[in-house]
Amino acid sequence: MILRVLATAITELHIARRNRWVLIAVLLMVVFSLVLSAAGSAPTGALGADRLSIVVASLTSLSVYLVPLVALLMSFDAVAGEVERGTLPLLLTYPVARWEVLAGKLLAHTAILVVAITAGYGAAAAVTIASDPAAVSGLGALWRLTWTSVFLGATFLGIGYALSSLARGVSGAAGLAIGLWLGLVVLYDLGLLAAVVLDDGGAFTTHVFPVALLANPADAFRLFNLTAAQATAAASGVGGAARAIPLWQSLSSILLWPLISLGLAALTFRRVEP
Amino acid sequence: MTSTLTISHLTKAFGPVQALSDVSLRVDPGERVALLGHNGAGKSTLMKVILGLIAPDGGEISVCGAAPGQAAARARVAYLPENATFHSALTGVEQISYYMRLRHVDPAGAMELLDRVGLAFAARRRIGTYSKGMRQRVGLAQALIGHPSLLVLDEPTSGLDPISRRDFYELLDKLAAEGAAILLSSHALTEVEARTDRLLILSGGRMVASGTLPELRREAALPVAMHVTALNGYEPDILAALPDAIRVNGGLHLTCAQDEKLATLARISALRSKVADLDVIPPSLEDIYSYFSRRDGQ
Repeated sequence: MILRVLATAITELHIARRNRWVLIAVLLMVVFSLVLSAAGSAPTGALGADRLSIVVASLTSLSVYLVPLVALLMSFDAVAGEVERGTLPLLLTYPVARWEVLAGKLLAHTAILVVAITAGYGAAAAVTIASDPAAVSGLGALWRLTWTSVFLGATFLGIGYALSSLARGVSGAAGLAIGLWLGLVVLYDLGLLAAVVLDDGGAFTTHVFPVALLANPADAFRLFNLTAAQATAAASGVGGAARAIPLWQSLSSILLWPLISLGLAALTFRRVEP
Repeated sequence: MTSTLTISHLTKAFGPVQALSDVSLRVDPGERVALLGHNGAGKSTLMKVILGLIAPDGGEISVCGAAPGQAAARARVAYLPENATFHSALTGVEQISYYMRLRHVDPAGAMELLDRVGLAFAARRRIGTYSKGMRQRVGLAQALIGHPSLLVLDEPTSGLDPISRRDFYELLDKLAAEGAAILLSSHALTEVEARTDRLLILSGGRMVASGTLPELRREAALPVAMHVTALNGYEPDILAALPDAIRVNGGLHLTCAQDEKLATLARISALRSKVADLDVIPPSLEDIYSYFSRRDGQ
């Protein structure tokens, strides 16, 4: 079982390396992290926090967009691509369970995400600590951001596999993935903010809004990292608007979402007729 | 001897289309069986049911003693799809290593396997750069992994040049000699004629014929054609003696039923002094194939 999962993971790593996905993911994370750490290092003193914690707050806002995007870009092809190339029927005649195939792809894609995230955050941290050795006190926040980013990535990998199983072709899967990214990461927050403004402190703001934030894996990720770092002051928008949600709730959302999305992926993949 | 593949009364419909109706067959170890039929006759559907990729509506199937698609069956069955395709970013050796790992076979033998199908020279090139025939050979190489008990090959020689075809059938002969059961579909009737033990003909989802070529020939009882060339000037005499004959480009052509063959030959040999040459033309495999696939109203 483990051997078959590893076999798929090795093959997916070959494909990702050759298709430059590893390079693209790492470059994206490193470039954006460095830009943010450079831009975010200016207003330090006024907030009374160490320099790295401020960078972590900026990286959180970046990762909310970038990690799901990279994860979806890597995963949308996973099932639809095999169907479209015609490689799925042959693969499914092998003594390998469908979940083992998915697990192998997940393992490879998560490994690439880990490399990209570590490289990006590592570069930002190295630059920050080099310019201000006191910033090492923010390493805890950076570690928290790192592992939650991996969980966030795994969630969107699972969502990508599920969309890939549902779509009729690769282009359809790509469209669904981009649509979902826009919806969950961009439009969702805008909609919530609009509703909060309209509601003006009513029942929606106190009851529905916190639940709606926790239900979205990207928002839960942002909430957890900003609340834990008590860096909400450095954040704006939704992050700042939801200071009241307890840490354990956003943590639970972060931990549960990968299970939910991967469960969905396994269920939808099982229904794909080769 | 227990059979490797047994199918009885298999049916499968896709909506209103009856893809397979009441199909029964068996393939024994070491046997090479060819599955013939038009496009849409149900060959690929039958293969996908055997592989467990499509669930049948009715009937019983046993693949190496297990139900199709069960892990025990999949561990012993190899498949070569029609127009085998692979991920274009992988090299031949990477792709074969992957399949070997899935079957728990040491991938160190990948190169040797590719060598067996004549692909060692391109093993480290991306499959995206391969020709159709080369991809087909990668498909064949993966079907050889781990000594399968049953090989299901969907038009295995399409895209192969004549020499590769011969090599391919030599490989199959070796596998069959080692006890593997082989079920292959083909359009190339003359090709499977000499290379398989038994023929199955599917037409409109029904099994319309099954047997060795001589058996099918007997069953079809198609007329034998004879072509007689007369010695100069004797043609009218021969026509008078064989009133059924007709003049066809410089000779005389006549047909007779299988069981009248010897009697007809005797009549011709009685005219020995007037006959320059005689050709006996048995019904071709194409004739037999059309006979069976048309008989069913196709």
